[in-house]
Parts: sequence; structure tokens; C-alpha cells
Amino acid sequence: MALKVIKPGLSTTIQDLGRPGYFHLGIPEGGAMDRFAMRVANMLVGNPEDAAGLEAVFMGPEIEFQADGWVAVTGAEMPVLLDGEPRPTWTSFPVKAGQVLGFGFLKTGARIYIAVAGGIDTPPALGSRSTYPIGALGGVDGRAVAAGDVLPVGNPGAPAERTLDTAHLRTVGTPVELRVLTGLYWHRITDASQKRFFAEEWTVAPEADRMGYRFRGGTPMEFVDREQPFGAGSDPSNIVDGCYSYGSIQVPGGTEPIVLHRDAVSGGGYFTLGAIISADMDLIGQLQPNTRVRFVEVDMDTALAARRDRKARLEAVRAALGA
Amino acid sequence: MKTRYSHGGDEHIFVEMDEEMSLDAFFKGLAISEAVRAARIDGVTEICPANASFQVRFDPDVISPDAMLARLKELESAANTAEKRLDTRIIEVPVYYQDPWTHDTVMRFRERHQDPSGTDLEYGARINGYDSVEAFIEAHHAQPWFVSMVGFVSGLPFLYQLVERERQIEVPKYLRPRTDTPKQTVGYGGCFSCIYSVRGAGGYQMFGITPLTIFDPNQTTSYLRDFMVFFRPGDIVKFTPIDRAEYDRILAAVEAGTYTPRIAEVTFDLEAFNADMAGTNAKLMEALNGA
Repeated sequence: MALKVIKPGLSTTIQDLGRPGYFHLGIPEGGAMDRFAMRVANMLVGNPEDAAGLEAVFMGPEIEFQADGWVAVTGAEMPVLLDGEPRPTWTSFPVKAGQVLGFGFLKTGARIYIAVAGGIDTPPALGSRSTYPIGALGGVDGRAVAAGDVLPVGNPGAPAERTLDTAHLRTVGTPVELRVLTGLYWHRITDASQKRFFAEEWTVAPEADRMGYRFRGGTPMEFVDREQPFGAGSDPSNIVDGCYSYGSIQVPGGTEPIVLHRDAVSGGGYFTLGAIISADMDLIGQLQPNTRVRFVEVDMDTALAARRDRKARLEAVRAALGA
Repeated sequence: MKTRYSHGGDEHIFVEMDEEMSLDAFFKGLAISEAVRAARIDGVTEICPANASFQVRFDPDVISPDAMLARLKELESAANTAEKRLDTRIIEVPVYYQDPWTHDTVMRFRERHQDPSGTDLEYGARINGYDSVEAFIEAHHAQPWFVSMVGFVSGLPFLYQLVERERQIEVPKYLRPRTDTPKQTVGYGGCFSCIYSVRGAGGYQMFGITPLTIFDPNQTTSYLRDFMVFFRPGDIVKFTPIDRAEYDRILAAVEAGTYTPRIAEVTFDLEAFNADMAGTNAKLMEALNGA
């Protein structure tokens, strides 16, 4: 079995659950931005949850199947078409050799996940098939898929028609709330700026990708006066270059917060004021530019409880799908 | 020097040895992060040493953030007594200063710079009190550097110059990061030099470019067959100025797989260095020149 890429969409990349262990060399974990959607897509077609699939942002690709198989599409809400006929999302369905999978216009969310029974079987790099274009690792020769690519597919497990009850999906409000644990260099901004960061509404900027999501709309931050430490650089938002956490929020020049995501840079010289809790990282991967966002301060107990909830939701999905 | 611990979300602990950069802070951070590695703590997934700090990533389902914090504090006291000596290597890195490619990028992103009227080198020379760009470049390559962090993207080294603090160059980062930087640009931000391992975004001032590949995911470069990343923390680097002809020659040799960087095995002892910087550097250079 193999998939032939007819049209690649805007940016469609092979992703799995990433390659931890190399962040100390500046090679990020990577992998699906919305891990929940990727895992569920795999479960629907009977794959291990860490099998590789396709992540397409804003626009779906067009893909021809070279043999019979099973497919599921999860994540953002985008009409799924098989030879032009509608197919449901969050459901596995059979495909025949020669059929073409296509997509309509994006309705909500940002990224769809396409799993095919057997998983995409391109050569792994450092233990993962995830595409990291900056380091030319994984994917198709280190890049996103392109028209004409033929993607090998592994041996399927036990595919069958499975549907996820959408009651299992997390609902988000307007504005979207992203929970934050303050810390890191939080002390660098004034009390007034700290309060405003949570009180004001932000919107997702057009510069939002796998490396980081930028936000705008809030008041520029004021820094606590200090003599800059040796080696940091003279701007008050500069620090002696250090490591960045996944989900950490840096604010170069104090103007536009950037939340580092799966393809994060591993370090740098801008102060960070805390980090998005792990349970809300998937959510960010589904934000479109101009989405209204509010940052909400939480404590560690809340962050860990949210993490448990997320795990329980995934367990419930596994039970429901017999995965 | 006062150690500061902070949670970075629910999956990381960030440990700052000092707000300011020093080799003492680097060595202390390295010692603790190595102690964490040696302790093989269940749930730890990443240990990232940095210039004057380090970070641990862990799975809070396996070890709670509080328990992780307590373990790190225990290991800090043990690492305080660690020897500040490294068996390492000195590597010669040729640099083509004021090259046309970084110059072009410097000019394209002028509106993001503190001084849109000049170049990054002119700005760096002026704010550090040098009479000319040439004297500034001379200061940049005259004494060796210490790799105090690898990261940002794909094996990018941060380098700290082995000179007295008052002789160290300091420049700010760009006001807003650039969206483009040529591959192998030699940059400068704060008190650090860096070598951009791949093309991409960046906030450091741009001084020149090296023909050496320092990240090769395909591992076809002759000296990167064992691992795709060239530098590791603790490496010592000597920049050597080259002209266009030499740049072209080395680049062709690297691409043909015939280039062997000049490298010598050395030991770096922080106390010996602090006691006699010129003497220590002279010995490092002797080792390199004999290689």
C-alpha cells in the first residue's frame, strides 16, 4: 500500500508523537501539534497511537490510494471527500485502490490529521518519522509532502469501521482560554503588566506555526528596572541565553507573546514569563489566526488536575474504540 | 551566584545558576546537569545544559513536580564540590568576516536593528569602543572561545570568549528577530558568539560566515559521520579569519567530503584559566598549532 500525493495543500507534513531526547542539541520533540487528534485518528484505523500520519494545516491535501485500505480524518472540522462524495470525520472508512481523498474548506480549527491503516512508513530519523524541516529530519527527505510524492504505508492491524462519539471531544469557548503557570522570568515585568497580561484579550497573529504561536493586541509590557546582567544584552527583555520550555511564553521587546510549540527552538535570549500547561498544548494547534484568546493564571495543582482530565478523556476514547 | 529554581509549566524545571554569564556559572550548571544524568531519575526525558542555567523535562505522571524539584536541590549540593576541569578539544573554525551573504541579510532587515544607518559590525565596533571595524574583527578572533551551550536550533553553538570580562564584546540582539539568517552565519548577541547551523530566523548581530558544515542530518560530511551535530558544550573554538578565495576553497573541500577540521585534544581547568588567562590560552593555541 502507498499514498500518492496529488496536491499537497498548504503545508502537509508527516507526523507521529515526536522524537524526545535531543532537545539539548536544539532538536525539538516535534510531532503532531494536536496529539489527541493524532492518537484518535490512529485508534480509528486500528494503528498504534504513535504511528505516523499526515498533519495538514488550514487546507487539505489531495491523495490517491494505490491499494485498498482504511482511513480516518480527525482534528479540525473540514469536509472530507472520497472521489467527491462526503465522508464523516472522527470515523474510519474503507477506500479502494485509485480512489482520491480530498477536502472542502476549513470550518473550525486549524489542523486535520489523516491516519491510514498501517501508518505511513517513511524512514525514521532519530527514532521518529515526524517532519522537522529546519533540521531536514523525518518526513519526505526532511521536508513537507509535495505533489508526486509516493508515501509508503505499513502493514495494517485490524481495521474496521469505528466512530468516535463527538461527546468525547473537548469544547472551547470564546474567547479561547489558555491556562498558564507563571514562573521562569515572570518577575521581570511590573505588577501592572502582570495583571494586564491576564486581563486583556489577545488574538492569534498570522505568524503562528509549528515552532510557535504569536499573539497580539495587548498593551506593551513594562519591565522592572535593573542593570542588565553581564552577557544578557541591553534590551530589558534580554536574558543570558538559556533553555526554553515547551509551551513557554517569550515576549521579545515586551510586545507580542510567542508560545513555543512542538518544533520549539530549544533556547534563546528573550525572557519568558511562564508556560502554557501541558493539557492545553493540543488546543493551541487548532487555533486559527485572529482567534480571540485569554490567558488564565492557574496553579500547579490545577495544571496537574487538567493533565489527569486529559488522560482520562483519552482513556475513555480508548475504551469506546476498543483500542 | 545564587541558584534560582522555577517550574516551566508542569513538565519542566528551569534552574538558573546566575543571572549573569560566567564560566563559574557554566561549570556549576554542567556539574548539576551531569549529576542529574548520572542519577537516571525515572520520568526525566530531557536534560539541557545552557550558558548559566539548565533545564530538566520530566513526565509529571511518573515524578511529581515537587519531588523533581527536591531531587534537583539534593543534586545541587553534591555538584558544588565537583572538579571544574574538562577533557575537551580545541577546534579551528575559519571565518570569512564581512562576507557578501550576511551583508545582504544585514541590509534586508535594517528596520529591525538598533542602528538602521550602518552595518552590524559598524554598530558592534562603535558601542564597544573600537576605532575601526578591522580592530573589532581582530578582537573577535584573536583569543579562543568556549562552547557554553548547544541549542536554539539543530546543534547551534553559543560561544563565550576566553578573555577578561572587561575585554569581552557585548552587543544587544536585534530589536525584533529576523525571519532569515544565512546558514553558518557567525553571529553575536549579549556576550555570546554563535554559529547558525541552518538557515532560519535569528536575533543575533551578523559578523561573518564559516564554510564549515556544523549540522548534517544526512551525515555525509566527512567529520559528521558519527553524529549529525558537530559541537558539544565544553568544546573550545579558535576563529581564524579567511578571505573569499580561502572560503571558496574550504567550502568546496567540505562539500567534496575531503575537509578535515584542525582539532587537538586538550584539558581545560577553570581555576588554572582564572589564575592565568593569557598563559592558558597560549597553551591551547600551542596544542592547536601542533595538530
